[in-house]
Amino acid sequence: MKKVTVPDRLLFVLTIILASYLIVKGFSGFTETETTLLSIAMGVLVIAGLLLLLFGFEILENKAVVVVATITPLSLSLSLIVAYLPQFSLIYWVLVMAGFFAILFTRYFSSNKVAAMVLAPVHGIAGLIIFLLPVVFSLNGQAPSRFALVGVGGALFGIGGLLLAFLKSGKPLLSKETIFSILPALLVITTACFVLGF
Amino acid sequence: MSIQSNIHLKVKVYWPLIKSLQTGLLLMTGFTGFISSSCPVMNWRMTLGLLGSLFLTVSGSTILNMVYDRDIDSRMKRTVHRPLPSGQINANEALLLGLTVSLLGLGWAYILMPLYALVVFGGLFIDVVIYTIWLKRRTAWSIVWGGISGGMPILAGRVLGTGRIDDIGLLFMLAILLWIPTHILTFSMRYNEDYQRAGVPTFPSQYGIVPTRLIIALSSVGAALAIGVGIYALGLSWGYLRLLAVLTSGLLGLAIVSIFRPSEKINFGLFKYASVFMLGSMIMVVIGAMP
Repeated sequence: MKKVTVPDRLLFVLTIILASYLIVKGFSGFTETETTLLSIAMGVLVIAGLLLLLFGFEILENKAVVVVATITPLSLSLSLIVAYLPQFSLIYWVLVMAGFFAILFTRYFSSNKVAAMVLAPVHGIAGLIIFLLPVVFSLNGQAPSRFALVGVGGALFGIGGLLLAFLKSGKPLLSKETIFSILPALLVITTACFVLGF
Repeated sequence: MSIQSNIHLKVKVYWPLIKSLQTGLLLMTGFTGFISSSCPVMNWRMTLGLLGSLFLTVSGSTILNMVYDRDIDSRMKRTVHRPLPSGQINANEALLLGLTVSLLGLGWAYILMPLYALVVFGGLFIDVVIYTIWLKRRTAWSIVWGGISGGMPILAGRVLGTGRIDDIGLLFMLAILLWIPTHILTFSMRYNEDYQRAGVPTFPSQYGIVPTRLIIALSSVGAALAIGVGIYALGLSWGYLRLLAVLTSGLLGLAIVSIFRPSEKINFGLFKYASVFMLGSMIMVVIGAMP
């Protein structure tokens, strides 16, 4: 297992500071419910950074971490739907809850293959929403242009999630060493995009 | 050997006596209490006075504890190499240093404000006399008094800023008092054998591991609640409460995992997380309360 290096630690600390700053600053133009959902998403990034800092990359082997990590894309995509496409709020709430509990159940009570088969579409849908919605809305002029950065952050987060999901399923797209080498930088760039985008 | 290298050597040997990390964290809490009163940050005389007097009294009480506990330290693997049990420093010399440093700190504190000095003295007295000399070797519950003395610097800082003992200061002190079990009990579980060998009663040895883990979880919740109410009472923005909720959920999550899936790694992770939690909370109050 790759050891956490000093640069890795610095990047984790930076991720924690950036995500914490966003939570404290708040999200301009979003309602209380949306702010709560966005804070949950950023909060998971704070906790993830702290856990990686304290426990190292080994923590990613833990089943609970995979489940908790899905909270960020689900909660972030849900807040975007509630804010920008309110007509789909109810159906997406249902989808998110169903997806989360399906991931929770399969992670503990079924094989890695089935768990990955459930994880991939749930992550995929949430990732597409986080990527496309801010880009489309900012291009249409319905949101400030900087909002597109949320989409960029979403795409990067999605890449990280996919790399880890495939690694977990036993069919890694990149070697474990490479994934763990780029993960700290990926996390900090993703969080920076969210900070600038919101 | 030149005088310079002699002094360097002395400092190197004496420095571990003050437990610099612990002292630093307590200084941070004192500074937080001071800033929370919205005193002008650039009031250098008061700020330096607070940090200097607290540094001296906290260091002094730590040295005095080290002197009194040197027999315990010599029986524990973790502490056997400390300067006093290993014979690098003479006990009388350390006692004299501890008393001098403490008195200097108290004197400085008195010059700043008598009520502040009284609170600082309270912390020193409770830590050295009540906790270390009287209760530490008799009961596991001594940590409550250890917690009260640990909460004194933040109260002292607040008193120096406001000129009185108020509800917010007491809330912050309560938060530290409730946080101490998370810190100390995870530590005493990790070094349980050491403490048993030294004959120091601890919660794990007196009540067992599971009740100890439960107490850790409950005290974590209590500490977070006390800090949360304190932040709310200070009138900080909701953003700080949201961040506190995030940090608390991590602390609580680890505490729960340590109950149901205990392991040495989780236990020590919880110990480290608790320190980060307290440091993070203090930074939040400092930034949020800055004028």
